[in-house]
Amino acid sequence: MPREKIDRITAEHRWFLDQFNYHILVCAGLGCPGNDDILRALGQTVRNRQLTDEVLIRKVGCMGLCSAGPLVLIRPGDLMYQKVQPEDAEEIIASLGKKPVERLLLSPDLAFFTRQHKNVLRLSGRIDPESLPDYLVAGGYQALLQALFAMQPTDILRCIQESGLRGRGGAGYPTGLKWSTVARAQGSPKYLICNADEGDPGAFMDRSLLESTPYAILEGMTVAAYAVGASEGFIYVRAEYPLAVQRLKRAIRDAEQNNLLGHSICGSNLNFRVQIRLGAGAFVCGEETALIRSIEGRRGLPRPRPPYPAEKGLRGRPTLINNVETYANIPSVITNGPEWWARLGTDKSRGTKVFALTGTIRNTGLIEVPMGMPLREIVYDIGGGLPGGHALKAVQTGGPSGGCIPAALLDTPVTYESLNELGSIMGSGGMIVIDDSASMVDIVTYFMAFCRDESCGKCTPCRVGTAQIHNLLTKFQNRKATMADLEMLEWLCDLVRNTSLCGLGQSAPNPVLSALRFFRQEFLDCILTDQNHEEVRP
Amino acid sequence: MPADTQQKPVDRRWQRIIQTMLRHNNQSDALIETLHTVQETYGYLDPAVLAAVADRLGIPPARVFGVATFYNHFSLKPKGDHTLVICTGTACHVRGNDQILAWVKEQYHLTPGQTSADNRLSLVEARCVGACALAPVILCDGVLTGKKGYKETTAIIEEWLGHAS
Ligand SMILES: Cc1cc2nc3c(=O)[nH]c(=O)nc-3n(C[C@H](O)[C@H](O)[C@H](O)COP(=O)(O)O)c2cc1C
Ligand code: SF4
Ligand code: FES
Repeated sequence: MPREKIDRITAEHRWFLDQFNYHILVCAGLGCPGNDDILRALGQTVRNRQLTDEVLIRKVGCMGLCSAGPLVLIRPGDLMYQKVQPEDAEEIIASLGKKPVERLLLSPDLAFFTRQHKNVLRLSGRIDPESLPDYLVAGGYQALLQALFAMQPTDILRCIQESGLRGRGGAGYPTGLKWSTVARAQGSPKYLICNADEGDPGAFMDRSLLESTPYAILEGMTVAAYAVGASEGFIYVRAEYPLAVQRLKRAIRDAEQNNLLGHSICGSNLNFRVQIRLGAGAFVCGEETALIRSIEGRRGLPRPRPPYPAEKGLRGRPTLINNVETYANIPSVITNGPEWWARLGTDKSRGTKVFALTGTIRNTGLIEVPMGMPLREIVYDIGGGLPGGHALKAVQTGGPSGGCIPAALLDTPVTYESLNELGSIMGSGGMIVIDDSASMVDIVTYFMAFCRDESCGKCTPCRVGTAQIHNLLTKFQNRKATMADLEMLEWLCDLVRNTSLCGLGQSAPNPVLSALRFFRQEFLDCILTDQNHEEVRP
Repeated sequence: MPADTQQKPVDRRWQRIIQTMLRHNNQSDALIETLHTVQETYGYLDPAVLAAVADRLGIPPARVFGVATFYNHFSLKPKGDHTLVICTGTACHVRGNDQILAWVKEQYHLTPGQTSADNRLSLVEARCVGACALAPVILCDGVLTGKKGYKETTAIIEEWLGHAS
C-alpha cells in the first residue's frame, strides 16, 4: 500500500536524521550567494575532524533574513550564524557542543524572528528542498492523504471556502469560490495552472517558495486537482529563476517516482500530471488569460473576460489558475482545518501573508505575518527601521500596479481592504521601503516606463497612454512641466485606468495617482517656476 | 538559409531541439519550450534554426518570429564572450542600479541588448532576478554580486572584465 510506503520512507529517514548529534543547515537559496563554498568548507572540516558520524551538513531553503546572509543554522539549539564565510567553518565545527561562535551569532530574540508568524514559510530554511523524505518527516503529504482518503472533493471545496483563503497573486479573489466554479464547470479534461510568473520586479516570495519548499506547492496543487477534477497541471515559471526551475523539476520527478503524482496517486483514483512551462520575460504573461495563451505556445496577449478561465481556459477547457503562495497555503488549511486558519488575520483578510521586504530598510528579506499587522510594525520591528539616519517617506506595495503608503499612515493594517482604500493594493507581496532622499516623481516615472515597455500593445489606451503618461512624467522630472501638464496627467491616468483591456493597463496609473494623492507637492514643485505659484497651489 | 536548414538535422545541437519537440509530440504549443531549447543550445535564436522549427511544428514562420520577438528573454542575436546583467527591478532601482547602468553605458558604449563591436561584452538588462534583498544586483557571467554600493560595484565590473578572457 502506498500509504505504508510513505510511512516507511518517513520512518527510515527520521531514523537516519536522528543518528546525528548535530545538524548544520546552510541556506542554499539565490539570496545567499557563495553558499557552495561554505557547504564545501564545512564538509571538509567535518571529514578532517572525523565527525562524519556525528555531524550532518545539509543544504536548505531560504531562512528569510537575506540581508544577514549567508546564514547557517545549528540544530539542536537553533543557533543562527550570520554572514558566514568558508573560513569560519573550523571555528563553527569546533564550537559544536561548546560555547557558540559569538561574533557570528544572531540573537534569536530579534523582532525579525519573534514577530513573524510562519505558516507557508514554516519549513523554508528547515528542510532540504530537494529531499522528498525531508518533506515527509516534516509532515508533508499528510494533507493529500487526508484529502484523498478521508474527504470527498465537496468536503475540500467547503473547507477552502470556510477558511476564507483569498488568492495571493494580487487580486485576492476568494479561492474556495474559484475552485467551486471550476469543479462545477462543464468540459473535460480540466486543467490546473500554478502561476509562478512573479512579474512584480522587486518581489521574490514565489521564487523563494519554489526554491525552498517545492513539494508543498505540488501537494497543494494535487489537493486542488482532486477537489476540482483536474487531470493535468502546469507550473508557469519565469525563466529568470533557473534554480527554482531545477528544484521543481527534481521535485516533480521524485513525486512521480513515489506515486505522489501521475497515475492513481497513492492508490486512489486520482490521476494528475504536472509539467513545467517556462515564461520568457513578459510581465503581461502573469495576467491569467495571457499566461494561458503563452502556455499554448503563442504571444502572451490578454483577452477580455468573461469567459473566465474557470469556464474557458487552457485549450478552451475549464482551468483553475492560482498563485504559488495560494497553493502553498492549502496543505496547512487541510490539516489544521478551516477554523484554525480563519483565526489568523482579520475578518476579511484571513491567514498570513508573505512579503518581500526591500529598499532602504535594515533587515531585507522574506517575512510572513498575520494579515492586519500595522505597516509600522513590519517596518520598524521586523524590518529594524531604516539604516544610516534616513527617515521613512513611504512604503510601496503592489509594484507597478500598486501605490505608496506615506509615513503618516504607517499605522494602516495590512489587509486587502485597507490598502485598497489608500489607493494601493496588497499585490503579490512586494514591499519597498522608500526613504526621504528619494523623489516620488522619479519612482513613478520608473514604474510608468516599466508599464510602457511591458504593455503588450493590444489595446490603444494602454499602448499609447502609458507612453504619453511617461512623456509627461519626464517633463516633471526635468522640472519643465506646466499646470496644463498636471491636468493632462490626471486626465490620462483616468482614461487609461478605465478603458484598458487588462489589468496591466487598468492598474498602470495606480502608482501615479497614489503619488499625486499623497505627494502632490512634489509634482507642483516640478512645475516651471515662472508660472504663478498662487494659481498652482490647490 | 535553406542550405543551412538542410544541414541542421545532422547537427548534435539540432538533435536536442528535436527531442524537445518530440516530447511535446511536435504540437504547435511546444513552440515556446522549443525556443528555450534553441536559445540554450545555440545561445540565441538562429534564424535558420527558427525556420526549421517552424517547418517541423507546422507553424507559419511569421508566427514563430512573432513569438520570438514578443518575449524579452529571447535574443535573435548571438551574445558576446561575456555577459553583464544589470537588474533594473524596483528594489535594485531604488538602491542605485540606475547609476550603475548609466556608468556601464558610458564606460563601454553599450545600451542594454547590445554586444560590443569586438564581441567581448554583452549588456543585458534584467527585470528582476529575484535576489531583491541583496539589491543592487548585477550578474557577471552568471555570478551574482549584491549589497555593494556604486563604487564597489563598478570596481567589480572593471576587475572582472580586466581578468576575464
Ligand atoms: C499585468 C498582470 C500581471 C500579473 N502577474 C501575476 C503574477 O506574476 N503572479 C500571479 O500569481 N498573478 C499575477 N496576476 C494575477 C493573475 O491574473 C491571477 O489573478 C492570479 O494568478 C490568480 O491566482 P490567485 O487567485 O491565487 O491570486 C497578474 C495580473 C495582471 C493583470
Ligand atoms: S491593457 Fe495593455 S497589456 Fe493589457 S491588453 Fe491592453 S495593451 Fe495589452
Ligand atoms: S529588483 Fe533586482 S533582483 Fe529583484
